[in-house]
Amino acid sequence: MEVGQMQRRLLDYTKTLLMEGFLDGQFLQLQQLQDESNPGFVVEVVSLFFDDSEKLLNDLTSALDQPSVDFSRVDSHVHQLKGSSSSIDAQRIKNASLAFRNFCEEQNVEACQRCLQQIKQEYYLARNNLETLFRLEQQIVAAGGSIPMLEMGF
Amino acid sequence: MNKLRALVVDDNIINQMIHHRLLDNLGIENQVVGNGKEAVDVHSSGTYFDVILMDMDMPIMNGIEATKKLREMGIRSFIAGVTTRALEQEKGEFMEAGLDDYQEKPLTTAKLLSILHKINHSGIHNFS
Repeated sequence: MEVGQMQRRLLDYTKTLLMEGFLDGQFLQLQQLQDESNPGFVVEVVSLFFDDSEKLLNDLTSALDQPSVDFSRVDSHVHQLKGSSSSIDAQRIKNASLAFRNFCEEQNVEACQRCLQQIKQEYYLARNNLETLFRLEQQIVAAGGSIPMLEMGF
Repeated sequence: MNKLRALVVDDNIINQMIHHRLLDNLGIENQVVGNGKEAVDVHSSGTYFDVILMDMDMPIMNGIEATKKLREMGIRSFIAGVTTRALEQEKGEFMEAGLDDYQEKPLTTAKLLSILHKINHSGIHNFS
């Protein structure tokens, strides 16, 4: 596949993720922070997010499994997840985290556990989507091309 | 021309990384701490910052308490609250603690430039 085709495929894939609500403008802002002096910035931030989130999700699973749930601890973890997902633009994880916090306030263990399952699904979806995106970018760079940027308001 | 110095106060490691990069990109020397107490402590050692990006919800000492404490210490740096909290009451409480500005997360280059523009116009420093 020639570079131009790969670039178009990447742009189309990014647009799809935007239209399906996996990403919005904040991701494009992150891409603008990447340049020659910091070419791997987006991958670094997103990788950090996934590693940190995986740990948070494990901690949440453990916290909700306790006979007496410490909701302040649960809320603290969900707050971190909401903050991180908002900053890297994992919209669906952020929205699910918002719902989770509401159930935390109500101290509804079952609802929290259902929310956690939903967040885990969104997490794995987001991870797959972004790994696909980064793979497409790597293919373009390996073929000697540059990564095209999607314009806001496409 | 003096280079601006900024302090990022946020307990979230993703936000720390992004805010650090945003500031680096604009040529602003910056330091990152993880909660309000660390922000107070770094000032106790005599370090001065032109601008402080203060998160609200943090463990140990939150942004409201830290802002109040810094103002009590006589710190006159430009403090911008950067938070996901959107309710007017919460925003009001944070502003009353002594903020000069308030921005909703996620922080972007445009929001950061807006903060710096306000510093410039307040005559504290020239930013270029």
